[in-house]
Amino acid sequence: MTAYGKKLAIFLAASVALFAVLSALMFQGLIDAYLQRILMTICINVILALSTNLIINFTGQLTLGHSAFMAIGAYAAAAIFKVGVPFFLSIVLGSIVAAIFGFLIGLPTLRLKGDYLAITTMGFCQIIVVLIQNISQLGGAQGMTGIPGKTNFAWVFFSMIFTILILSHVVKSRQGRAMISVREDEIAAEAMGINTTRYKVMAFTLGAFFAGLAGGLYAFLMMFIEPTSFNYFKSIDLVIYVVLGGSGNFAGCIASTTILTILPEALRPLNDYRMVIYPLLLIVIMILRVKNIRIPWLSDFFSRFRKGGDKNAAA
Amino acid sequence: MPLLDIDRISIRFGGLTAVSEFSMSMEKNDICGLIGPNGAGKTTVFNMLTGVYRPNSGTIRFDGESIAGLKPYDITGKRISRTFQNIRLMKNLTVLENVKISFVYQTKCSLASSILRLPSYFREEEEVERQSMELLKVFHLDGKKDELATNLPYGEQRRLEIARALATKPKLLLLDEPAAGMNPQETQELAELIRWIRKEFDIAILLIEHDMRLVMSVCENIIVLDYGKIIAEGEPEKIRNDPKVIEAYLGEEAAHA
Repeated sequence: MTAYGKKLAIFLAASVALFAVLSALMFQGLIDAYLQRILMTICINVILALSTNLIINFTGQLTLGHSAFMAIGAYAAAAIFKVGVPFFLSIVLGSIVAAIFGFLIGLPTLRLKGDYLAITTMGFCQIIVVLIQNISQLGGAQGMTGIPGKTNFAWVFFSMIFTILILSHVVKSRQGRAMISVREDEIAAEAMGINTTRYKVMAFTLGAFFAGLAGGLYAFLMMFIEPTSFNYFKSIDLVIYVVLGGSGNFAGCIASTTILTILPEALRPLNDYRMVIYPLLLIVIMILRVKNIRIPWLSDFFSRFRKGGDKNAAA
Repeated sequence: MPLLDIDRISIRFGGLTAVSEFSMSMEKNDICGLIGPNGAGKTTVFNMLTGVYRPNSGTIRFDGESIAGLKPYDITGKRISRTFQNIRLMKNLTVLENVKISFVYQTKCSLASSILRLPSYFREEEEVERQSMELLKVFHLDGKKDELATNLPYGEQRRLEIARALATKPKLLLLDEPAAGMNPQETQELAELIRWIRKEFDIAILLIEHDMRLVMSVCENIIVLDYGKIIAEGEPEKIRNDPKVIEAYLGEEAAHA
């Protein structure tokens, strides 16, 4: 208990300190509006990546439709806000709506395995996108406008910290243990008394909740959302983040998301060549990832979130 | 009333009747062996017992309840546990974590209390840790608790799988070829371990095995399957001399082993 309390205190103190430093730099103007926007995007992407991480790396279910829940969260939060609900509450309700969808979609699809599940989730993602495109009240294909820019750095930063905290608690609990056992060997897990469907759906629902949270924050950051920005290309991005981050590893996931969010921006001066260089860099990073992306001190710092015994950590 | 009472279960896969009219019963503290040539249907019987397959006909009663057709995890909840022919450990988890998996279904901590780290979470985690370590100590694996399961030598992986199965607190333990790949020395130790488990945990054990020395030395009752049918049943001495068993499975030489 005390050991846990100490770790928690250190983590929270470090988070607040990091926030204070970044805020001070923003106040001083050393981080300009452009960089600030990238930082906020990183935080949102980290929330998304960690929620995908729970499903793909911890529970071992390959989903290619996770951005659908981001879309649901974004549209639900924006629509709820427009009815007159306060900003914070809209975001929370949007996440809950996404979680409900996660539960409903997860229940039938999670009976499938591997590539079948991947294709089905991709199909669901496309269905959600097309549905939104055809609901004129949500702006249809033209997108939804008139969303106020309520999201600021504090919101996204502390939402990210909240996500890290909750998900790291989940994976180190009996529920998390059950999810990991599903990844490792479903037949053995069932033989040890674990209702695997239950925990797959649980992971999916939790993942959908946090994707919805990220979606809500995104909507109030961009002030404009359109269905196509949540199609399966976005889902593939999420898969890249978590695959690069390594199996079941919070620190790796955060690091890879940060790098892959900055990279396209950093390559902007290359103009048209950007989309040639970026994929090439992706390939190179994937090849080198085991040794090089893991920044030792960062890994140590986050090691308490890492589920012991994943093979990449041992490498 | 017997602990396990199987009454004429049959299962067909397409045109093939893998097991037909299989009946057996076990008492609370029996050690029973299931032997027969490859493809005789031994593992299929295990799979029907543990809910992997649902028998096409017949009944399975355990502890007074019918369990045929229940899901594998429900059957574990009824206190039947198993090991696998091809070891199915969680390879990328540590030895300790492998055993802790078996406690998931026995613990109650809700998702909310796990997330909020309520006192019940810490109480339960401590208890699971304590009981897991106790089991590992019994199996002499406590020194390797942080080792990845995949890095254990073969014999220890088999032991860990038995420890994990026992952690679900079964009344009946099913062992599917526990001695496969063991040398005579290890098999000897395994025989002692099986007898010791029966005594210490006060449970019934049903094992599938090809190693005749092991089967003959630990089992009180042996059932011989061939082409999905029981061809003989009885004490080791009787099985050893049964002409049908010798013809179908043991062969002339093994009969004198």
